[in-house]
Amino acid sequence: MLTIKKVPTVVSNYQEDGDDNNNAAGIRTEDATQSQARGCARNCLGKCCLPVSKLPLYAFKKNDYPSKNNAVFPSDDGVSPISFLNNLLLAQWEDRMRRGLFRYDVTSCETKVIPGRYGFIAQLNEGRHLKKRPTEFRIDQVLQPFDENKFNFTKVGQEEVLFRFESNDDDKSRFFSSYAVDICSISPSVVAINVSPIEYGHVLLIPRVLDCLPQRIDHESFLLALYFAKEAADPFLRVGYNSLGAFATINHLHFQAYYLSVTFPIEKAPTRRIMARKGLQGADLVVSELLDYPVRGLVFEGGCVLRDLSDAVASSCIYLQQNNVPFNVLIADCGRKIFLLPQCYAEKQALGEVSLEVLETQVNPAVWEISGHMVLKRRKDYDDASEDYAWKLLSEVSLSGVRFESVKACVSEAAGLQVEVDTYNIDQKECIYDSEAPQVASHMQRDCPAIH
Amino acid sequence: MEPQLGLIEQSFHVRYSDGVREALDELGDSFLITDPSISGHPIVFASSAFLKIFGYSKDQVIGKNGRMFQGPKTNRRSVLEIREAIRQEKAIQISLLNYRKDGTPFWMLFHMCPVFAKEDGRVVHFLGVQVPILRKSGVVRNPSKLCEDGTGFLGCCRREVTSDSVMEVGRGLALDYLLNSDDRELEIDQPCEASELEKRKAATAISNILSVLAHYSASEVTGRLVCGKACCLSGMGLGASINISFGRIKQSFVLTDPHLHDMPIVYASDAFLKLTGYARHEVLGRNCRFLSGLDTVSATQFQIAECIRNERPCTVHILNYRKDKTSFWNFLHISPVRNATGKVAYFVGVQISSSCNSQGKQGLSPAMEHLSVVGAVKVAVRSLSIGASTS
Repeated sequence: MLTIKKVPTVVSNYQEDGDDNNNAAGIRTEDATQSQARGCARNCLGKCCLPVSKLPLYAFKKNDYPSKNNAVFPSDDGVSPISFLNNLLLAQWEDRMRRGLFRYDVTSCETKVIPGRYGFIAQLNEGRHLKKRPTEFRIDQVLQPFDENKFNFTKVGQEEVLFRFESNDDDKSRFFSSYAVDICSISPSVVAINVSPIEYGHVLLIPRVLDCLPQRIDHESFLLALYFAKEAADPFLRVGYNSLGAFATINHLHFQAYYLSVTFPIEKAPTRRIMARKGLQGADLVVSELLDYPVRGLVFEGGCVLRDLSDAVASSCIYLQQNNVPFNVLIADCGRKIFLLPQCYAEKQALGEVSLEVLETQVNPAVWEISGHMVLKRRKDYDDASEDYAWKLLSEVSLSGVRFESVKACVSEAAGLQVEVDTYNIDQKECIYDSEAPQVASHMQRDCPAIH
Repeated sequence: MEPQLGLIEQSFHVRYSDGVREALDELGDSFLITDPSISGHPIVFASSAFLKIFGYSKDQVIGKNGRMFQGPKTNRRSVLEIREAIRQEKAIQISLLNYRKDGTPFWMLFHMCPVFAKEDGRVVHFLGVQVPILRKSGVVRNPSKLCEDGTGFLGCCRREVTSDSVMEVGRGLALDYLLNSDDRELEIDQPCEASELEKRKAATAISNILSVLAHYSASEVTGRLVCGKACCLSGMGLGASINISFGRIKQSFVLTDPHLHDMPIVYASDAFLKLTGYARHEVLGRNCRFLSGLDTVSATQFQIAECIRNERPCTVHILNYRKDKTSFWNFLHISPVRNATGKVAYFVGVQISSSCNSQGKQGLSPAMEHLSVVGAVKVAVRSLSIGASTS
């Protein structure tokens, strides 16, 4: 059994209560079940409290049918109004800020783009990680059973929940500012705050919270995460996932999301198309591999309906899970682009193969770090942060070329894709500024008045 | 002509302290500065690099209008575009055919931007940078990218006919025009597209010049601040990307800058203008108090000032007045907003008029509407100053 020691990130104010069996109000769980009908007085997300609760509910319209022009996503002119879901999320998050629910104000943390080809983003955050004793995490098993004695999201207080996010059968998305939770008909999926935010708007998307699913991808849950990205319709709100062994802290199924209005390095990396599934009217589902990036990974795009794209990724993740390969997933560009990144850093760390210099910065390369956004604890590390350092760290994360090749082959099978024969078809983007990722006015123009 | 020259002298003198001309020349870029407030929109400054490239002396250029460098084959359309940009007080980057003193035409990338006075948002000067466009000679029809470092092999575009002398073109280009005695034919009808390198050089030059101007205008002597960029007084200066981000916010809001004298408005949304009845140029650069009037309770204004002083958010109901003097109750929320440095960069003020539907089509309560705007603004401003080289 391989383990590493790390200080777990505190994502909820109810998480670090010393003894995991107790809760913040000091009421023991046995008493809680007895007072089921009235709630356990903690107003949590457990079966004790939810049935008597009302939460805001955003019910999105599921779109399973190809649209007229086969476009899964609305055409993005970049200037369309902020979506309702986005406004809701921003308002609720800011509200929790005012209520003092976060451990610190992340907007007070210095952040910068490191000069270099890719523009890695560094943040100095001395308060994110507690001066706690590190806990042992088992890292050699991507699939681990749910343990109700450990912290999980049913123990979270409802004030940390912003709203429910579920599908409806209607012809359009709807919002209910206060909706009774009927747990008999549905297991609610919720969006909650991360009280140790990496950036503004950092939330956790928890599918079917009462089902207590362990941290592993399934088709329905991944589709929910993809719809979340799509409905928010903001290229700067990205959704991420860390498997166990790839720095997930809590073994209760959850995705993360936050806002940062710069292009991530991984979004600038050139790609080469390697697999596809032909679709109607050119709506091919395409998988590319990352080029010229320290971490090897796959990029999924396209498909006739959102479900196609979602299932392809989910099936690939399931394959990795079952074969004990830790991985991270980044959903970018409003759900149009999904990065799948198998990794082996934890294994290397457990085997003592990571350089001390890199270990000392105490950066655990989860999805955000791999995408190019790094939170640093020490002023010295922040001031010295360089593209070199980022590259060095992320190179330790990547699977080797050989292992990655075998992952590619298995993904194509798992996701039902044809490997493109013409592997010499190098569709490299010529310049990182040409990337289709959301563009802030490119660096050279940043100081200039807008060009007419 | 005498009074005109006097005005031209003053144009620079009142705004910038001594030494500015030398500092500008040190930059080595080719550029002109013009003053739109003087009749004829004359040139008030020409850099030495400019004079060298175009072959004029200073006296032949100062006081003249920029059209003197255009000629028979200059594209009329491009000229109109530039004229329109001046009228709208916007920046423009466009390829243009210009003529030297000896009559020879050459293509250049013209990048112009307005220079605003911080105190009242008026355009005080226009700054125009010229970057000659160079191409590989020979059979290649399409303007391909040049060697990106700007040195090494570079032929002369067949479309350019040079004078006999070898000319140095701007700082950093280090190129010589080659004599092309065999081919005097002018193939200048096709527009010449600038390369990324040239565009970048133009943008960098603009940025450097603005820095110099800002530096020399911050002194006691003149007491006026100019800036071409960060004031965003036309809504364009904060940068294209943040304007796009702000443009997505459909509610009424303004951004004010607490670091500028009297905390002026530096951004106003279209909805704000619609609500208050003012045009953008009428509000930018002014403190929000112009919205208050006779019956506005001063205690409310005091409360706002206190919160701002303490960098705390606040929510008030305040009686405000539109341009047409009609009043409305403004459910106003103000919040500090930080940029990438972690420090407060702006305050955002969000206005909800009680005369319009409060529970709107959105389904969010007014208080939540306030917060959604604050959140969106915080996200946008968070990435301001995040780049390594931004000020």
